[in-house]
Amino acid sequence: MKKNIAGLMLLVALSFAHVASAAVKVITTTEDLAAIVKEIGGDRVSVEALARGYQDPHFVEAKPSFILKLHSADLLVLVGRELEVAWLPPLITQSRNTKIQPAGMGYLDASLTARILDIPTGQITRAMGDVHPQGNPHYWLEPGNGRRVAQAVQQKLTALSAADAAYFSQRYADFDRRLTEAEKRWRAMIAPYKGLKIVTYHRSWPNFADAFGLDVIGYVEPKPGIPPSPAHTLALIEQMKRQNIKIILVEPYFDLKTPNAIARDTGAQVLVMPPSVGGVKEVTNYFQLFDYDLNLLVSAIKQSGA
Amino acid sequence: MSRAKVARSVCSAVCVFVLGSSAVLAQQPVPPLPSTPEQIREELARLRQEFDALRESYGSRLTALESRLTQMEGRPAAEPVAAPAPPTQAPTGAAQPTAPGEVGVPPGAAGAGGPQGALPVYGSTSALSKIFNPDIAVIGNFTGAAGRNTINPGPALDMSEAEGSFQAIVDPYARADFFLAFSPEGVEIEEGFITFPTLPGGLLAKVGKLKQQVGKANTLHAHALPWVDQPLVLGNLLGGEEGLADSGISVSKLILNPVMFLEATGEVYRGSSGVFESHSRGDLSYVGRLRGYRDVSESSNLDVGASIAWGKNDVGPSFDTRIVAVDASFRYRPLRRAIYRRFLGRTELFWSRREQEEATPSAFGMYASGDYQFARRWFAGARYDWSERANDASLVDKGPSLLLTYWPSEFSQVRSQYRRIRYAEGTTSNELLFQFLFSIGAHGAHVF
Repeated sequence: MKKNIAGLMLLVALSFAHVASAAVKVITTTEDLAAIVKEIGGDRVSVEALARGYQDPHFVEAKPSFILKLHSADLLVLVGRELEVAWLPPLITQSRNTKIQPAGMGYLDASLTARILDIPTGQITRAMGDVHPQGNPHYWLEPGNGRRVAQAVQQKLTALSAADAAYFSQRYADFDRRLTEAEKRWRAMIAPYKGLKIVTYHRSWPNFADAFGLDVIGYVEPKPGIPPSPAHTLALIEQMKRQNIKIILVEPYFDLKTPNAIARDTGAQVLVMPPSVGGVKEVTNYFQLFDYDLNLLVSAIKQSGA
Repeated sequence: MSRAKVARSVCSAVCVFVLGSSAVLAQQPVPPLPSTPEQIREELARLRQEFDALRESYGSRLTALESRLTQMEGRPAAEPVAAPAPPTQAPTGAAQPTAPGEVGVPPGAAGAGGPQGALPVYGSTSALSKIFNPDIAVIGNFTGAAGRNTINPGPALDMSEAEGSFQAIVDPYARADFFLAFSPEGVEIEEGFITFPTLPGGLLAKVGKLKQQVGKANTLHAHALPWVDQPLVLGNLLGGEEGLADSGISVSKLILNPVMFLEATGEVYRGSSGVFESHSRGDLSYVGRLRGYRDVSESSNLDVGASIAWGKNDVGPSFDTRIVAVDASFRYRPLRRAIYRRFLGRTELFWSRREQEEATPSAFGMYASGDYQFARRWFAGARYDWSERANDASLVDKGPSLLLTYWPSEFSQVRSQYRRIRYAEGTTSNELLFQFLFSIGAHGAHVF
C-alpha cells in the first residue's frame, strides 16, 4: 500500500510538471541576436550573448567559461557567414551538449533567411585580405533582416516550446508592428541625406548603407583585416578631398590614430559608431541601435554642413 | 476483491484522472460563446487577428522553404519575398551590389566559392562528391639557426615541417581530425583522431593518435608554440622532439560546479612514446589530468592544471617512469582592443621519477614564459628554462630566451629568438633562431 501511494504521488508530481513550461535557455554569439531573441521570447526565454557588443566579433577568445554556458543551453543562435568560424566550432565540440551540435534541434544559423550582400563572385583568394566567401556577415544592420531573423527565431522557439506558440507569435507581431513604425521614423530621419558619401574603417556597413541610402566609397583598411598603410591612407585622403567626404565611421574596437589623422587632413569627422547592441552603454536593444547610430550620423552631418 | 486489488484499481483511476486533468489544464481556456452584438464583433475581430497571424506565419514559412528549395536546386538564391501581411520592405533588384574597390563581376558569373556553378568531374559520376571533402590546410614551419651550440645544434636552414590538416564531420555523432607532419625524415601522423562530442554523461571521447595531456606545451603542435624551439624540460623529461604523443583513448568529463570550469581527463596509451617504452602488449601508459579555469575579469583569466603520467620505460619491462606536471597560465586580452593587445604568461613544472637498475633518479624541470602583443602586428616574449636530466638529476640545463615575432597577417608569422643555454656539460650555447610560419587553407581553431 505504501509503495502504491509513493508511486501515485510521483505520478501526480510528474503530471503537474508537464503543465508548466520551463524557460528556454538561449545562448547567442552576439548581443544583437540576444536582443532579437529577447524581443520574441519575452519572459519565456533566458538569453545570454557570448561576445560583448564592443568587441570585434571575429576575434573572440574561445574561453572555457563559454563552454559552461553552452553546456546548459537549449538553443544556440549564431550569426553565421563565417563570422564566428575562428572561435565557435571548438566550443561547440567541447560543450558536451547534443542539442546545440550543428545537426541538433538547438542550432540556429540566423543568416539562412537573411538578405546577404557582398557575396564575392569570381576567384576568391586571401590576397583579397580576410574576405568572407559567403557574403558580408554584418547583415543585422538593416531592419528588414532584423525582421527575418526575428521570424526564424520565432519558428525555432515555437519548435522547441510548442505550448508557447501563441505567445511567441503575438510577440513577433508586436515586434513587427513596432519595427515598421520605427522604420518610417528612421527613413524620415535620413531621407534628406540620401546618397551621402562616407568612409568606414572596416566593411561592417553594407547592409546599413543600403537600407538608409548611404554610399560607402572607401575604407580606412586597405583590405579587410589588414591595418592601414601609409600609401593607402594617402590615396584615401586624396579621394576624400576630391569627393568632399566629411564622415568617417569607425567601429569601437579599432584604433583611432589613423582615422583621426585622416580627419585632421581632410576636415572630416570621426564617428565612433557601434555596429552592435551593447557597443555603447546607451544601446540596449535592437531599436536603440538604429536610433543611436542614425542620430549620431545626422547630427554629425548637420554639424559638418556637408 | 482483495485489498491489494482495490488499492491498485483506485490508484489507476486517480492516475487517469490526474493525467487527464493536467492535459486539460495545459490547453487554452475556451471562452464562453458571445451573445450580444458587441461581443460578437469583438469575437470576430479577435478571430480575424488570429487568422492573420496564422496566415502570415505559414506564408513566411512557405517562403523560407521555397528559398531553400531554389538554393538547393542551384539557382541563384532570390531575395526572400515579403510575406503577404504588412511588412514594408519591397524586394530590390536582383543584382548584388559590388563592394567599392572591387572589380565588378557580372552577377551569375560561374566559379565562385561554393556549390553553385559546374564543378569539374574527375572520373566520378557525381561532381557533388567534392562537397564532402574535408577542410584541408597546410602549415609550413621553416626554421633556421645561427650561432654556436656544441651539444644539440640544429641545422642552419631547415624546412622542418609542413603540417597538413584534414578535418571534417564523420556522421551525426562524431568528427575526425587528422594532422600529418611532412618533414625531411618522412611523413608521420602527428595527431589523428575521432572525437565523440555527445556521449551520455557529459563525456567527450577521442580515439586515435593523440598528444598526451601532460601539461600544456606537450599538447601544442609545433606551429602553435609561441617559441621557435620547445622548452628544455620537454626534451629532457618527456622525451624527444615529439614529446608524448601516442595511440590511445582519451575520455574527459566536465565536473559542473558553481566556482569554475573543471574538467577531468583520463587517458590510456599504447605505451611507446617519449620516455615510455612498451615491452609487451600489456605495457600501457596512463595519463590523468585535472584542469580548472576561471575568468578573473572580462579581459583576463587563469587556467591551472595538474597531470600525472606513468608507464614502463626503456630500461626494461619492470621499470616504471612516472611524471607529475603542474601548469598555470594567465591570459590578458582587453575586449575593446583585442586585436592590439594581449598577454600570455605561462609556467609549467615537471617532476620525473625514473626507475633504473642501480637507482631511481628523481628529476625536476620547469619553464616560465611570457608573450606580449605590443602593437597590431608585433609580439615580444621571454622564456626561462631550467631542467635536470631524467637519468641523472645532478645534470642541469638552463638558460633564458628573448623573442620577437612579426605577424603580417593571422596566416603568416616571422619570429626570431635569442637563446642562451648553459648545458650540464659546462658549455654555453649562444644562438639566434628564426622561424617562418605560413598557412594556406582552412585550418580550424585550436583548443584554448
